[in-house]
Amino acid sequence: MAEGLAALALSQGEWQAVRLTLAVAGRAVGFGLPLAVLVAWLLARHAFPGRWLLSAALHLPMVLPPVVTGWLLLLVFGIRGPVGALLHRWFDIRLAFTTAGASLACAVMIFPIMLRAIRLSLEAVDPGLEQAARTLGAGPLDRLLTVTLPLAAPGILVAAIVGFATCLGEFGAVITFAANIPGQTQTLPLAIYSALQSPGGEAAAARLSLMSMALALGGLVLSEWVGRRLQAAIGR
Amino acid sequence: MSFSLALRHRFPGFALDIAFTAPTPGVVVLFGPSGAGKSSVVAAVAGLLRPDAARIEVAGRLLADSAAGLHVPAERRRVGLVFQDARLFPHLAVSGNLRYGLRRAAPGARIIGFDEVVDVLGLGGLLARRPASLSGGERQRVAIGRALLAQPALLLLDEPLASLDAARKDEILPYLARLKAAWALPVLYVTHAADEVVQLADTLVLLEGGRVVAAGPLGEMSARGDLAWAARDDAGAVIATHVAGHDPARQLSTLAFGAAAIRVPQLAMAPGHAVRLRIPARDVILARDMPGPVSVQNVLPARVRAVTIDTGRHTALVEVLAEGQAILARVTPDAVARLDLVPGAPVVVMFKSTAIEVLVA
Repeated sequence: MAEGLAALALSQGEWQAVRLTLAVAGRAVGFGLPLAVLVAWLLARHAFPGRWLLSAALHLPMVLPPVVTGWLLLLVFGIRGPVGALLHRWFDIRLAFTTAGASLACAVMIFPIMLRAIRLSLEAVDPGLEQAARTLGAGPLDRLLTVTLPLAAPGILVAAIVGFATCLGEFGAVITFAANIPGQTQTLPLAIYSALQSPGGEAAAARLSLMSMALALGGLVLSEWVGRRLQAAIGR
Repeated sequence: MSFSLALRHRFPGFALDIAFTAPTPGVVVLFGPSGAGKSSVVAAVAGLLRPDAARIEVAGRLLADSAAGLHVPAERRRVGLVFQDARLFPHLAVSGNLRYGLRRAAPGARIIGFDEVVDVLGLGGLLARRPASLSGGERQRVAIGRALLAQPALLLLDEPLASLDAARKDEILPYLARLKAAWALPVLYVTHAADEVVQLADTLVLLEGGRVVAAGPLGEMSARGDLAWAARDDAGAVIATHVAGHDPARQLSTLAFGAAAIRVPQLAMAPGHAVRLRIPARDVILARDMPGPVSVQNVLPARVRAVTIDTGRHTALVEVLAEGQAILARVTPDAVARLDLVPGAPVVVMFKSTAIEVLVA
């Protein structure tokens, strides 16, 4: 029994993969969420030329094979890509094959998922309330911060949690754009894949998979709980 | 000072062309059936709609003047708008809703105080509650308070009682009347309910099909027999006056009416208290000569101003002037012929003290 439990204990390297995965997902959500809120707000409340094109482009990662998304990221953000070259020359930032790159790949993959959820929750906010705020002296940014976002908060938080949980399992885009470097870009799914590829790695794969399942389940439970608490807080 | 408005706007299949001027402070009631263009006027005054052409001036301040390219955005208009559906912020408690506009008002313009509003509108017990837990009437009171605390230069009420049942309406109307007394604020009140007009209006603007049918002081408008709304069963002149004195021995109160007086069954209000009277047209009697002893308490010499025959109902609406005030009488066309009621003819107007409706202004 004790032996069985000991077999479940993660090794130093495996813990590193867990920590790295959480850090990558945290950064992907941290940078992606504000941007997703902004874009969702633009799409939900403003008509501008090319709106559908922007919407379609941002939703592309949802329908493309992840490997293709990773390859496109290499083309754009790679060291010789149009954006990657500039970043490297001006800020000495390298994205391809780095931890930051893994976060970027994750962020791009979860962006449409978060965008959809946030846009739906923004569209559910009664424009009449924004009008009321307007007649009470609130300008556009003021209205967004004090009426629209608080009322859309449950949707935004759920989007963040679902995005985070999705990051934990992101494989194709990450391995293509950031490669599989232990300690740098080897997140949980990549570590599981590597373990399965190496002889006698089944036990490690099982441990990492269990960890992965626990994290995903925790994310779902958390999103339900937070969503319900926030609904109550905004008086629904 | 005055509140003047001129609007022109073309919607698909509907044209709005409206202009009126009213003294401030005072309550202007915009009255008309649905589809008359009331909501568009509200949106234009609040700044939520930019009409093709507009000039809106409130007590010397221009809110819009399309000739000069001026269109003050809604958030800077200082027009306190009370929506029909209250539109309270569900994520804020009542106190947070009330303070929303107050926080955004220029500190120098803060004249209407929080405690004062809470007191006048009776919101003391509601401050910690969430909008979802309020009744319809309570919600509307909070919405009025929220609009007032934004320190508006004009209070705009868009059918605030339309979604309430009769009991809730009666609960709110006295509060609205108190607003008039508490703050000398220009008010634009939009409704399609005649009872609200009688209670609140100083100036009445009748709207139909996107145009102003008639506009003027309520006393004048309520006594006109040629307007569509005089065909209502409860039509009657509304007179703004005050309590002149009491006669406890006769159990009567007298109300100032030019050089004469109007007698009503004794009231509880102190002398000087402002009241509004409604004299139902169907309860007004006209005679050619002063009668002998009669039970009617109010017998006044008058002069016919206009006669309108309502052919559909086989009745006539006669406008008479007594002490410079217009009174409306509904009589039969036969009476018009027998008494020879033509404009300018002298006549005696009589109305029972018990038929008079006394409304506290």
